[in-house]
Amino acid sequence: MTIAAVQSKPVPAILPGNGGMRGALSDLLWRRPILLLLLMLLPPLLWLGIVYIGSLFALLLQSFFSIDEFSGLINREFTLKTYGDLFQAANLDIILRTVTMAALVTLASAVIAFPIAYYAARYARGRWKALFYLGVMLPLWSSYLVKIYAWKLILAKEGILTWLLGKLGLLWLLEAWLSLPIVGGNSLSVSFTGTFIVFVYVWLPFMILPVQAALERVPGNLVEASSDLGASPGQTFRNVLFPLALPGIVAGSIFTFSLTLGDYIIPQIIGTSRLFIGQAVYSQQGTAGNIPLAAAFTVVPIVIMGFYLWGAKRLGAFDAL
Amino acid sequence: MRSDRGQSAPLGLKIAAACGLLFLHLPILLIFVYAFTTEEKSFVWPPPGLTTQWFAVTWNRPDVWEALSLSIRVAAISTAIALVLGTLCAAAVSRTRFFGREAISLLVILPIALPGIITGIALRSAFALADIPFSFWTIVLGHATFCVVVVYNNAVARFRRTSGSMIEASMDLGADGFQTFRHVVLPNIATALLAGGMLAFALSFDEVIVTTFTAGQQQTVPIWMLEELIRPRQRPVTNVVAMVVVLVTLLPILFAYYLTRDGDQIAGSGK
Amino acid sequence: MTSAVSFKQVSRHFGSVRAVDAVDLDIAPGEFFAMLGPSGSGKTTCLRLIAGFEQPTAGSISIFGERAEGVPPYRRNVNTVFQDYALFPHLNVLDNVAYGLMVKGVGRVERLKAAEEALSLVRLPGYGARRPGQLSGGQRQRVALARALVNQPKVLLLDEPLGALDLKLRENMQEELKSLQKVLGITFVFVTHDQGEALSMADRVAVFNDGRIMQVGTPEDIYQRPRTRFVADFVGSSNVLPPDFVQRYSGQHRWGSLRPESIRVSGATSGDGVAARLVGTNYLGATTRLALDADGLRLHAMVPAGTALPAEGEAVMLTFNREHLHLMDESA
Repeated sequence: MTIAAVQSKPVPAILPGNGGMRGALSDLLWRRPILLLLLMLLPPLLWLGIVYIGSLFALLLQSFFSIDEFSGLINREFTLKTYGDLFQAANLDIILRTVTMAALVTLASAVIAFPIAYYAARYARGRWKALFYLGVMLPLWSSYLVKIYAWKLILAKEGILTWLLGKLGLLWLLEAWLSLPIVGGNSLSVSFTGTFIVFVYVWLPFMILPVQAALERVPGNLVEASSDLGASPGQTFRNVLFPLALPGIVAGSIFTFSLTLGDYIIPQIIGTSRLFIGQAVYSQQGTAGNIPLAAAFTVVPIVIMGFYLWGAKRLGAFDAL
Repeated sequence: MRSDRGQSAPLGLKIAAACGLLFLHLPILLIFVYAFTTEEKSFVWPPPGLTTQWFAVTWNRPDVWEALSLSIRVAAISTAIALVLGTLCAAAVSRTRFFGREAISLLVILPIALPGIITGIALRSAFALADIPFSFWTIVLGHATFCVVVVYNNAVARFRRTSGSMIEASMDLGADGFQTFRHVVLPNIATALLAGGMLAFALSFDEVIVTTFTAGQQQTVPIWMLEELIRPRQRPVTNVVAMVVVLVTLLPILFAYYLTRDGDQIAGSGK
Repeated sequence: MTSAVSFKQVSRHFGSVRAVDAVDLDIAPGEFFAMLGPSGSGKTTCLRLIAGFEQPTAGSISIFGERAEGVPPYRRNVNTVFQDYALFPHLNVLDNVAYGLMVKGVGRVERLKAAEEALSLVRLPGYGARRPGQLSGGQRQRVALARALVNQPKVLLLDEPLGALDLKLRENMQEELKSLQKVLGITFVFVTHDQGEALSMADRVAVFNDGRIMQVGTPEDIYQRPRTRFVADFVGSSNVLPPDFVQRYSGQHRWGSLRPESIRVSGATSGDGVAARLVGTNYLGATTRLALDADGLRLHAMVPAGTALPAEGEAVMLTFNREHLHLMDESA
């Protein structure tokens, strides 16, 4: 055995430190793992703590200031007046409209997402599985503005959708829909229906991924067992698949709900002139210069999401994220 | 969900899944067609004719180039910052169990979990309170904050897959902390970091909501597009820029997927 | 002579958990030493204390006479074969084996040559270009072994080295490890929860329970002369006899042990012996294992195959040579 070729002289059991700054530092960090941990955590904590949490506090602080209605200057004194303004009928209207939209978008996303997620989880294999995954990831990561822009093209009066419906002889259907109150309008791109479609489109991938993750964990033979026991496909879905997919749906709905609550660009580009929370925040801080009211407005989605997350946690949705 | 038998899906499910995927992809494909249309004034379909002249027109537009250059610089710097912060955080959280671990994960995720408008206006009101004028760095400040999570998610997933005894094995074989980092830790997380960096770049390049609050008068590509969407000036140029943006964000995503395809998935909850 | 590894009142506490509690231990140079015990008994923590992955809460550890507390693993000339092998997935087999020499600054040509030799030593010549992922479990373990041995450690630590291998491979590996240790003369310390493995491979065995060493001795000592009920119970399948029972046969009021193969079973219903009832038989090939009930005391006996046996449920008479009754240190 000539393993000894490399080191022929007898070696001590404990080797000396290799000296120098590096060796000393390495020894020190090894002896004091807490120090290493602190060194690793310090930069990200400083950044997120100061830049991000600091800003959130600044925002919260501002919501307790008020604006002088005559001079338009911000009065830096503690007051709850701004929160009082928040509960004016016009503002409550905005909040209600946004929450309703968020709920509808969430519901529609879940319905469209389920078949894709179910197929990807249960039937897609190998290359197809990868293709499905990319098929969801690519739209998810594609440019947000470009996606909205694409829908502006599609929903325009002279756009592809009108053309398609015309070819199919279904234009009367579109016109009937647009003549309805609330959901209708001059064209789809200036109606709540348009806003709704674009919201669903943009947030759909956020629903598919967690639902698929939840379904991946359901053993396939569970479905077979259910149909084996004489359940119809409908019963199997209601009693087996849906309850098991529910945590995934709830996890996905956190995204669709939260993102809809805070968005101000989609309703601005495709929709009516009636405001959503995000738009209200944007216009209050921008054109109206009322940062206190804008800040108070942002507290609304934070509170709603707080309750939502609390409920979701109780349903076990975080395991599906 | 695993099924032992290779049975095929019911027709209804196949159709529903296919329609869903088409719904996701057709609108993006449409952008590519519109980039070649000869129509200038409206979004008419079908395009009356096809042309490549708008590429040349776009090429000669200095405002597009300026926006592109700003976007790339912001994305590059933000990605670099996010790489350092995200990796450090992921290493700390996955290597050690300590009090407040959960709180730190939450802190990292918060900037994307809360609607972008909150992050945006929070930063803006902080800048206002502290009298910080808008600059290149105010944009970077915002972008790096929400990019950290993408790097963090990728790095944490990889650390989790990396056997903890590997670091011990390296030290056991005589490598000190620095050698272990260089020869074992770094090679093992490199592809995850590259993927995270790619995604962070794509995220930053595409971000508009936070940026509108932190950019002031500066124009990144998404801000430029937003302007065009609200007050259209030359629609065909917008079409071409939209197509380029799709391609620029697509490539890093595909590359990131390629890098992490076996095992950890690219952290999808990244927007 | 200085011990290869010496523990003096070593404790390692994790919060309120005493993983290792005031352990004294001396391992001789060139010894093949086994640490045996159930999971959570502190044997692995002891191994990690020697490697330097853990630091003692109290007490002192020396390796070949040199104090080891506060010395990081990379400055100990001690190497470990990990339970999960911990091969580096980004390096090929040869670079894995050469890793220790690489970080010590040995030149490329020289270290690859040494790595190649180490691979031949574990009978994997020519496997250098493969990736760890392409190897079987047994091969990975050999690579892990070569990776540790190439550094010529003063002590080689093996953490459940055979745990992940199937039975056949495990038996081969046992013999190989033993002969390798003889050839190299390196001190081997290995951790196992398998008493058969410990008894067949080691020169000496330490039996761990609850962070303490229950007994240290040669395999024969441990097997034939367990000092406590725990050792008798854990090592092999001795019958543990309560003090009242033992007093009747030895006159001393102490716990005792009796190996199953020392018990003779007859169908007689009277005479000298312990009256019992046969409650079960278990055919094991060369022997048959009998489960017996002696007035509430559960006993096992091992008889050669082919012995005529009473039917289950029948009364039997048990006899044994009193010299085979081993008295333990533990009294009532």
